[in-house]
Amino acid sequence: MATKQQSKISKAVLLDLHRRMVRIRLLEEAAGRLASEAKIPGFIHLYVGEEAVAVGGCVALNEGDQITSTHRGHGHLVAKGGQFKPMMAEFMGRSTGYCKGKGGSMHISDLDLGMLGANGIVGGGVPHAVGAAFANKYRKNNLITMAFFGDGSTNIGAFHEAANMACALHLPVVFMCENNEYAEYTPRERVMAITDVADRAVAYGMPGVIVDGMDVVAVYEAAKAAVDRARNGDGPSMIECKTYRFYNHAGVSAFGTPYRTDEEVREWMERDPIKLFEAQLELAQVLSAEEAQAIHDEIQAEVDEAIEFAEASPMPDPSTDMLTDVYTEAP
Amino acid sequence: MTVAETETEERIIRYNNAFTETLRELLLDDPDIFIAGEDVGRYGGVFQSFAGLNAEFGDERVVDTPIAEQAIVGLGIGAAAVGLRPIVDLMFMDFVMVAMDQIANQAAKMKYMYGGKATLPLTITTTGGAGLGAAAQHSQSLEAWLIHVPGLKVVYPSNPYDLKGLLVSCVRDDNPTVFTLHKKMLGSKGHVPEGLYEIPLGKANVVREGTDATIIAIGMMVGEAEKAAETLAEEGVNVEIIDPRTLLPFDTEAVVQSAKKTNRIVIVHEAVRNGGIGAEIAAQIQEEAFDYLDAPIARVAAPFSPVPFSPALETAYVPNAESIAEGVRGVLYRNV
Ligand SMILES: Cc1ncc(C[n+]2csc(CCOP(=O)(O)OP(=O)(O)O)c2C)c(N)n1
Ligand SMILES: [Mg+2]
Repeated sequence: MATKQQSKISKAVLLDLHRRMVRIRLLEEAAGRLASEAKIPGFIHLYVGEEAVAVGGCVALNEGDQITSTHRGHGHLVAKGGQFKPMMAEFMGRSTGYCKGKGGSMHISDLDLGMLGANGIVGGGVPHAVGAAFANKYRKNNLITMAFFGDGSTNIGAFHEAANMACALHLPVVFMCENNEYAEYTPRERVMAITDVADRAVAYGMPGVIVDGMDVVAVYEAAKAAVDRARNGDGPSMIECKTYRFYNHAGVSAFGTPYRTDEEVREWMERDPIKLFEAQLELAQVLSAEEAQAIHDEIQAEVDEAIEFAEASPMPDPSTDMLTDVYTEAP
Repeated sequence: MTVAETETEERIIRYNNAFTETLRELLLDDPDIFIAGEDVGRYGGVFQSFAGLNAEFGDERVVDTPIAEQAIVGLGIGAAAVGLRPIVDLMFMDFVMVAMDQIANQAAKMKYMYGGKATLPLTITTTGGAGLGAAAQHSQSLEAWLIHVPGLKVVYPSNPYDLKGLLVSCVRDDNPTVFTLHKKMLGSKGHVPEGLYEIPLGKANVVREGTDATIIAIGMMVGEAEKAAETLAEEGVNVEIIDPRTLLPFDTEAVVQSAKKTNRIVIVHEAVRNGGIGAEIAAQIQEEAFDYLDAPIARVAAPFSPVPFSPALETAYVPNAESIAEGVRGVLYRNV
């Protein structure tokens, strides 16, 4: 069992955890703003509030490791190293976007980075993580795969089939559950008879741990243990991160929704993973408030630049781009 | 308000509200009916199509389910097999694919496989269609997948009045039916009488009578065809418009009659052209009315790609009044 005294995380890693969380937060806040101004079309599912999960998970990975994602995928891509410009351009449907404007927010991806794609089908990505892990094991390349998924997605067949298969085939997978207590507008207790998703792990034959998903260090440490285990050939594990999305299922309204109370939202916002971590870092004299502010400013400037880039980028052209990318061959 | 009053008075409501109202009246009418699906209970559905029903009828009759499309349809099948009349919701038509085994291998075939003994009065509701920037997995029109399955009935209303009458018929039908709303039409309005009435399944509607060419359009494309008809009228072209309303069973007679009258056919749907329902309709028409046709049957449909996200592509992807008018000019050899 990992104990606190073992958790000597280097300053570089701590700063990395912080920076990546702020990167997600500021990109998401901007994306939300642009969506409410209708500059970003379609549905947008923001990751604000859950940053510690994607970041704690992805910082525990090596370059080359893969992740799979969900409909709420912006945070996963940023945490894996995604660039703002092609992300923002994709959100706005521009041809310079990661998916040339064909996928949008819900399908944001960068396969070159090992981010195998946000997914519009709940649970749809989890089996892909199993497949990627299979390929890693097959090639003996020492890479592993991390599947991100919500609490709600653990109710669909694809999830169960994938979890069982990963364990049966003893594959290097880490199952990272973002339990934010809701699936769209329905609270977990109306659709699940258990409180902890991690309870499910035992049924497949893998360890399942629960961590505070607002504590990036806790997530990172649990992820590191699971990643090491997978890389050592000891099979899959599941980590359930108790977290919360600050905004509505889609869009940017945090308060005044009928399915959760403002009080509840406020309580969770008190436990903002970035604020909590910044307070810790300041106390530990790793990062002062001024230094933290400078990081925010620097990242905000990068976000603003990405917006300018996206707005100046061309839309795809129906006369040339409609039938491309459907098949490997040119149309 | 008396019945007589409602019959004479135009009662204009939204397509989405017609859906909710019909469900409410059905729940009041038949205690064997219940509704199950994701977010349909407390929240009232992601499009508020089920608003107020859970509050009025309780958790037993308007059930919030886990995200579990296979089990949702399976729940409906099992409950129907033992005598209830379930309505199960699949939110987006794209999720029909997730439940396809339960729909196509199970629900559709049960009666046949069991020698006629199983009866499944099951209605599956869903929303199809593009136009909201919802991209490749939330915008599809998959009716062609469904009409390929013997044992199913497939319905796609194009206006609030038909929506109500067809939904009542689906729910009262003793076969599994798939009832598709168009999510871009949810706010559209039309006349809907209070109280339950049926529109028979398998009967097309002649939306507009004409002589020069026939447009066969489904779902949201019916409205686009009507707009096209106005443009064409200014050009001296008088088109007939047929809305099949039910895609399976299909009202072949109605379209064949029209083909014999106008001799020129344009079929419009939002789904991709390849393997779309247009192919089936065209085949049926040429089988019955080949000698009456003065031009090859034309299809106006989406290009053969997934639904694109970018509005620049999506706008060009979905057929509209303009592309339909072009299609009609084509069969009249009026293209320049
Ligand atoms: C197969 C399928 N069913 C339903 C949906 C609609 N839907 C989108 S997100 C969502 C809730 C997902 O909940 P969860 O997995 O907890 O993720 P969260 O949104 O909370 O991050 C649902 C039901 C879908 N996209 N795919
Ligand atoms: Mg959730």
